[in-house]
This record gives sequence, structure tokens and C-alpha cells, in this order.
Amino acid sequence: MLTLECPYCGIMADETELSPGYEAHLKRYGPGSTDAEFEAYMFARKNPKGVHFERWRHAYGCGKWFLAARCTATLEVFGTYPAQTSGPPPHIIAAIKARRPGWEAGQ
Amino acid sequence: MSTRLSTGGRLIDRTAPQGFTFNGRPMRGYKGDTLAAALLANDQMLMGRSFKYHRPRGVVASGVEEPNALMNLGTGARLEPNQRATTTELFDGLIAASQNHWPSLDFDIGFLNNHAARLLPAGFYYKTFIHPRAFWKHVFEPIIRQSAGLGKAPTELDADRYEQAYAFCDVLVAGGGIAGLNAALSAATAGQRVILMEQSAHWGGRAPVDGATVQGQAAESWIAATLATLAAMPNVTLRLRTTVAGVYDHGYVLADERIADHTPGDGRPRQRLWRLRCGQIIAATGAIERPLAFAGNDIPGVMLASAVRDYVVNWAVSPGDRTVVVTNNDDAYLTAIALKEAGLEVPAILDARATATGDLPSRARAMGIRVETGKAIAKVKGGKRVTGVSVCVQAGEGAVLHDIACDAVAMSGGWSPVVHLYSHCGGKVVWNDALAAFVPDTARPPINHDGRPMVVCVGAAAGHFAADAVSPGGGVGTDGAISRDANPAQAIQPVWVMPQGAGIKLRSKMWLDYQNDVKVSDVQLAAREGYESVEHTKRYTTLGMATDQGKLSNINGLAVLAAALDVTIPQVGTTTFRPPYTPVTLGALAGEARGEIFQPLRRTPMHEIHEKAGAYFEPVGLWRRPYCFAQQGESHADAVAREVNNTRQAVGLLDASTLGKIVVKGPDAGRFLDMLYTGVMSTLPVGKCRYGLMCNEQGFLSDDGVVARLSEDTWLCHTTSGGADRIHGWMEDWLQCEWWDWQVYTANLTEQYAQIAVVGPNARKLLQDLGGMDVSREALPFMGWAEGSLAGFPVRVYRISFSGELSYEIAVPASHGAAFWAACVTAGKPYGAMPYGTEALHVMRAEKGFIMIGDETDGTVIPQDLGLGWAISKKKADYLGKRGQERTYLANPDRWTLVGFETLDGSVIPDGAYVITDGTNANGQRNTQGRVTSTYHSPTLNRGIAMGLLLHGTKRLGEVVQFNTVSGGTVSAKVVDPVFVDKDGVKQNV
Repeated sequence: MLTLECPYCGIMADETELSPGYEAHLKRYGPGSTDAEFEAYMFARKNPKGVHFERWRHAYGCGKWFLAARCTATLEVFGTYPAQTSGPPPHIIAAIKARRPGWEAGQ
Repeated sequence: MSTRLSTGGRLIDRTAPQGFTFNGRPMRGYKGDTLAAALLANDQMLMGRSFKYHRPRGVVASGVEEPNALMNLGTGARLEPNQRATTTELFDGLIAASQNHWPSLDFDIGFLNNHAARLLPAGFYYKTFIHPRAFWKHVFEPIIRQSAGLGKAPTELDADRYEQAYAFCDVLVAGGGIAGLNAALSAATAGQRVILMEQSAHWGGRAPVDGATVQGQAAESWIAATLATLAAMPNVTLRLRTTVAGVYDHGYVLADERIADHTPGDGRPRQRLWRLRCGQIIAATGAIERPLAFAGNDIPGVMLASAVRDYVVNWAVSPGDRTVVVTNNDDAYLTAIALKEAGLEVPAILDARATATGDLPSRARAMGIRVETGKAIAKVKGGKRVTGVSVCVQAGEGAVLHDIACDAVAMSGGWSPVVHLYSHCGGKVVWNDALAAFVPDTARPPINHDGRPMVVCVGAAAGHFAADAVSPGGGVGTDGAISRDANPAQAIQPVWVMPQGAGIKLRSKMWLDYQNDVKVSDVQLAAREGYESVEHTKRYTTLGMATDQGKLSNINGLAVLAAALDVTIPQVGTTTFRPPYTPVTLGALAGEARGEIFQPLRRTPMHEIHEKAGAYFEPVGLWRRPYCFAQQGESHADAVAREVNNTRQAVGLLDASTLGKIVVKGPDAGRFLDMLYTGVMSTLPVGKCRYGLMCNEQGFLSDDGVVARLSEDTWLCHTTSGGADRIHGWMEDWLQCEWWDWQVYTANLTEQYAQIAVVGPNARKLLQDLGGMDVSREALPFMGWAEGSLAGFPVRVYRISFSGELSYEIAVPASHGAAFWAACVTAGKPYGAMPYGTEALHVMRAEKGFIMIGDETDGTVIPQDLGLGWAISKKKADYLGKRGQERTYLANPDRWTLVGFETLDGSVIPDGAYVITDGTNANGQRNTQGRVTSTYHSPTLNRGIAMGLLLHGTKRLGEVVQFNTVSGGTVSAKVVDPVFVDKDGVKQNV
């Protein structure tokens, strides 16, 4: 039962208010893409033990989707940010590196 | 004999006697007793039978760790099995019965198992019941089922109510002993919001029993003063009888408060489940004493040393006149001293250590108690009660030196800190040699969302056993304040088997897990058979898998395993602690979610009218929809047939309010809907409707419905009843996360409108009688919609049909729904209008070959399989699911496709039937080439009709195929077009 801060409402939302949306920052591959590209988009999800970026929706709150950076091993949350971005913003990267010095974006 | 002492008992009130019964026998105790204490006071040492061998068992502990004294409590609607007598507070009228015996506790047939113990070793079930295969079903399983389980399951509905409460705090302190009170005081003084929960009915834990001093005061006065301070603080909440059962992610905690267990039927909820969100959890959960493994350590009368002390000091109960104390540490000497001070006899303290020189041994010796160091119990004598012990040297193999007559044995194998709450969420434990115990590894705590440690152990739970070591201001998030070896004189010498060189005969009588009958010899056998992992050994032997979850047995068990594998205890490691710490009754977990309020129900605005009309309701998601409206003397099948015929011949009314209604609006709304639907919605003219399909990105059909264009930039999307919330979420997902620069707004208006379908040849006449707008063929053609008023109600009328009949679906604001329905019923009387339910709807759509999401689709079906290629745009460059449908497997011409089936004999094909073909698969099952997806009796055709998916289906019209049936036979059916009625659409297009 996680708590994540909704970046729109600014409140710590209980997991019962949220619905999960799995991996964040996926690039969509539509018609014209190769089988390998489509397979990677559709099925090949990262499952890291450590830093991970996820989509969450404040389903029983404001209804907005947002993204969360957290550690799948310790459940530590590095930050949440709006979904309208194609990659983690600098302050999130900085928060992760502050706590996971060896970590590099794109891992 | 166990009996009540004439004086003492710090927890009992001798002026308040309480009557209760045990196995029907009336007994008496005092207010403040636990059931176990009261039974002992009535000389009832025998309290149950073990699970596997049905051995007679007495109470061994005084708290939550008790494995033996499990009772059926109460009767009828208040019967609850497997309740620990040691934690059950006595009340006047309590009814208790022992478990797992037949015909009686004293004489039990199952005890025969005990004499066959050699034939029932570890893994017995796995080894024995494999062959011959047929024996499992017919011989072994019935016998095992007969003898499985401990208590009796209640058969009546629970008479009690349960509630759930939510709370938030900065610091939750679990455990109201000295360490917990001290930690709560420190946190509260620092201004934090504190909740302190104690599982028992008393504050203070063990310290008062042990005569401890705290910060220079006697424990009892320190406790009273600290409690008074805490109670006066507004930021502190104190709860007794409340067990912190589990710690979960990010400071989420479940706690179980037993409000009225000891006052049943007084009108209060029986239990309250707390759901807490805590900034930090301080586990002041104490420690549990370990048994010693010697032969006969399960004979009634053998108890933990601390339990013996509790019974004497707390409840003035003597477990026996002569108690032999056996130990490997100083702490058990407290028991000998307490017994002696109560005027009871301690013939000897058998100390497995070579020397015993601490303060407590000195005090015991000074009281004249004989201390025999280096000694052990070779075996306990007795059957249903201890009669004596045979003494041997610990270093040897068990050669008897002499016997001591006694009627109780107090044993102590050291103390295990209760690290459960620390471990529930991933905190690690580390072996401490000096304590011979696992203690929290403060370097690897469970982590909260902010990266800080979520749980901190204090006091005995952290391995700091001396109450004296609690310092003012200590215990909040700090561990270093207290030195771990505060009391080096109580040094323990690990003893896992007694005597250390015991042969197999003795080891086969040394119990590790009392409840599940796991012995030292069983664990050693598992090790010999190759079980090296403690998790595997646990499951193979069932060690620690009983209702007590190994609170007494785990450490001893894994120490024995480590020795058998010739490795150290840390190398073997410990099993994972999982919540709940002690069992939580299902009633508390369910809370108030039972009966009518089990889940929220969604009712349409016309629900009450349907109820009055005698509707039979079916669940559709959280909705309740009328399945049919059976009239007097009608079966449901009769009613459905009548509703279909009446609708096809006259006119029917359907409550379609549950249909999803999502408005999509904005400059980019058309472009957005073209991505969402397989067809084109941007070209739909204002005033028109179009049927659309939605697929997921894999290409599989997900939802369908009619879209109406309301204005230049506004569309209304109808979804399936069950799909409205999901599809709205799906739309928002794409708009917010993928096409966030598109200007589109969505709103789920499902509950804002009531919707009524007026269906049948007389539908237009009915609406014309209502009056107010032109509903003629010319003004409102098929697949058009119009806004206006009918009988004075503001309406939006869609000319769409899911039945093949002339049909209008009319939306009115929800507040007008009931009145408009009533107006339709009245106006419809001259035309034979009758309401119809969801089953008639289904039959009529199947007669017309219309698909239903969830019947024809199951998440593996694409629109092309269903002959819906016409609803897929070939021109569009992209839509959700297009790329997925291009995959070779989905583009394969050998996919099963939709056809209709007519049985040759007119019967109805069973639901779920397969079309069989030649040969069998690798599992010996008949090969299949298709399956039925919808199957009904058609009142219109008076025969069975069906739709289904069939290999190369559309190319096989006219062919006869075989369906399997439930009874094992087959039924022949002809492959036909799925549209059974009015193929040309003449009836709907009038």
C-alpha cells in the first residue's frame, strides 16, 4: 500500500486512490514499425530491481495521470511529476542521484 | 495438581468470581483471569490434542505464542474455533470446548496415530499417497479430509458486527511494556502525534512480574506514573487489547482491537480493525521464551519458565506443587524464586551450563534451592501429566543419573526478540552470538517512502532485555542509546538438543513444533533427505506452519537443521515473517462490508419502479439490471419468451440507462476519435449516429457502441454498460500521456441521463401519442438523432436498434427518468407495451446476429474474426490496434471466425461447448475447431440458435459440425449465417 504525492493535487495519495499504469516513458510504435519495434513497445517491459519510472493515475482523486520515480526494491520514492513529458525532468534525476550515486539515467 | 493459591495474583479480583464451562463442565474463576489461568486453577492441565498424533497437550505458554491450548469458544452464531486460552479473557458465562479429539479429550481414538508415529515421519504425505494413483481419490483423500483441521468451523451467520477505523500518526508504538511506554513518552514529549497499542488488557508487559526496577523506581509505580502522563497528553492515543498485526508499504499498518470479545452481546462491535498510516513504527514488541528440546517436552505440565512465573504472580495459580526448572540461562532462576516465594517446592534447577554464578543463581542458592549445573533432562515421565524427570549430564547421551519426582517442569531455552514487525516489510535480521538470537539488523531496516527507516525496534525486541536499561528520552528512532549487553550476567549458553548427544529414541520424543507435531528427528530426517533450505524444510516437515506460525519452534528448528547440515545458524538463515503477527478474524477484515452493503450498488432512476413491477435483477458490474419481469405463475424462461414475442409483435420498453455515455469535445475531438475507433468518426454528420469498435493496442476488440455527433466539435460515445469507466479512463490515458497537445475534453455522463429504449412495431405510435416532436421516418430516419420534447420531457432521441425492430432510444435527464418511464408505460397500454429485461435483449440481439462484448469477445478476438471488417477503416493511416492486427498471427486466414449454428434437432447448444474434430491433443483431450459464444432458445424461431467461432467458418456455410455436450455426448449443428431474423433489416428501417 504505497503513498504517492499527486503532482496536481499536491497531496499524499493512498494507493487505494490510485490506479497503476506500469512503465513510463514508452514510445508508441504504430503502423509502419517493424515487428521487433512493435514487440518491444508492446511486451518488452523493464523490470528492474532498483530505480524505476512508472505511470499512475489519481483515479479516485483528480483523475490525472502522473509519473513516479521509485525504487522497486526498497519502495523509496524519489519523486512524482506530471505525465506530459517524454523523459524524467532534471530535478527528479538529481533526487535519484542524490540517493543512488551510481545510478545513470537510461539504465 | 494445579490449583489456585490462597493469596496473591496481581491481575485477579477475588471479589468477582466468574462462572464458565469447559467441555460442558461448570468451573469458576475470577475477573482478570485468562481462560488458561482459570482452567489451571481448576486443575485442568490437559487442554487439547496435537494435530497429527493426537497427543495429550497442556498449556505451555501464557501469551500469544501458545501452540496447544486452542479452544472452540462460544456456541451457535458466536462460535469461533482455534482461540488461544492464554489470551482469552475470562467472563461470566464463557463456554469453551477443546479441539481435535474424538470421542473425548481424555480418551481419543486418534491417539492411535501416536503409536504409529514411526510410520508417520516428515514428508509422510508426499511419500505415501502417490501410488497407486487411484487410491488418492477413493481411499486417502476421504480419510485425510475427515481428520484434517483443528477446530470446528461455525455454521451460523456471525451474530456480531465489526468495524474498521482509519488513523494517522507520526509515531505508532506497538507494545505497551516498559520500552513501549518509554518510547511513546519520548515521542509525545517531542510533540509528535503518537498512538500506542498493546495487545493484552494490561500495560507494562513482563516487568512487574519479574520485579524489575525502571529508572530507579519499582516497575509498577513507573508504569502508573508514565501512563498518567501519557493519558494527559492531547497528542497521545492509547489502545489496550489492540494487536499491531502487520506492517505494510510506506507506514501502512493493520491493527486488530478486541473491543467486546470479553463482553459478548453488549451491543458494541466485537472487534475493530485499525488501518493506520504512520510516519514511523516503533516495535516495542518484547521477546518470546524458547522451549528446550528434551524427550517428553510436550507432556502436560511442561511449561515455559516465564509462563509458570506469570501464572503464579499474575493469577495466583500454581502449575504444580513440585516444579523442576531446566534452563540454559539466568532468567529462569526468577521462576524458581517466584515459586519458592509462593510457598511451592522447587526440587532442583537443572542448568545445562557448566557454571551458574550470576546474581539470580546466587539468590536461588541462598533460598535453599538445589542448583545442578551441567545437567539436563534425559526424559520427562508421565502421560497426561508430568510425574517426574530423569536427570542426566548435558554433555552426554542421556544415561540417567537419578530421577526427581515432580508435577511440573519450567523450561527456558533463552529468549527470541519479536522481530516480526521489523521483518514484515523487508527489514533484515542478524544473528547475535551473545544472545543466541536473531536481532534487527539496524543497517538494513525496512524503508519508508522518504528513504528513512520505517520500523525501529526498542527494548527486548531489539535484544535489550533488561527493563533497567530503558533510559529517559531513549527509544525514538535511536538504537545506540542502550547497550546491547546491559546484563552480561544473564549469559546464555545455546542448547538446541538436550542432552547434546541424545540418540534417536530420545530425539523422536523431542518436540519442536507442538501444534504440528514436528520433532527434532523430523528436521534431522529432512536434512538427511537433502532439504538444505530452511524454507523447504519448513514446508516438508510443516515446522512453524501451524496457527502459532512457529513463534516457539522456528529458532530451535533451524538450529537443529544447522547442526544436521553442519553449518552455522546464520548460514541457514531464518524463514520470512509475514503478517499477521497473530491471526485476525475474517469478520474484522470484512468489517461492515457484508449483507446489503457488501459493495456499493448502482441503481438506475427507474429501479424502484422495476422492483414494484416484480423485476428479477441481475448484476452487471456494480449495476443491478432487470433480467426479466416475470408475471404471476411465470417461470423466468416463460417471461423472457413473452417479452421477446411482445417486443417483436407489439412494443417493449427497456431501461438502457446503464449504457455508458461519454462526451468528447474540442477542436481535436474528431481526430482523437478516429484514433480511438477502428472506423471514421470525424466524417459523421451532425445529427447522425454511427456504430464503432474500440480495440486495445494489441488489436483485440475491447468495446463497442453507437457514437452520435452532437455538434461540430462534440461527439457522444455510447459504451457497454460494464465498460463506461474503463473506456473513459482509456480515453484520458491517451489524451494525458500520449497526445497531450491535442485539445480534447472528455466527460463521463453515464449517470446524468436515464435512457429508455422503446422497441417494436408500435414504437412510433407510442411516441406520437406522447407528443411534442416529429418522430416520423422522414424527420428521424434510422441512425439519426434529434433533440426535442416528448410529453413535456426534454429528450434526445436516437434511432438505433439492438433488436432489429423499429427502435428509439430516448435519453432524459436522470431526474426525469422515473416520470418519463411511467409516461411511456401509460402511453404504451393501448399498444400492448411491456417492459423487457436484459435476457430478452440478449436473445433478440442474438437472433439478429449482433455481437456482445464479453460473449463474442474474450480479449483474444479481433473485429475481423467477427465479420466486422466493414467497421474498420481501410483508409486511415493509424488507429489504436491497427499495428497489432497486422501481426502474422492475427492476419492468419486460419483463425476461427464468427458463424451461426442451428442444431439439427432444434435443441439449445450448451454454453461453452466446443466444435470437436478428429484426434486428441497431447493431454488426451479431443481436438477442437471452434466454440460456441452465444446460445439461446429463440422464441421467434422456436428453436435453439447459436453464434460461435469456427475454423474457416464463413467458408463452411451449410456444413454440419459436432458440438460436445455436458453429458458427454455430441449435438449436430448446421453452420449458417449468424443473422437469423430479418436479414435485410426491413423491420428496423421503417
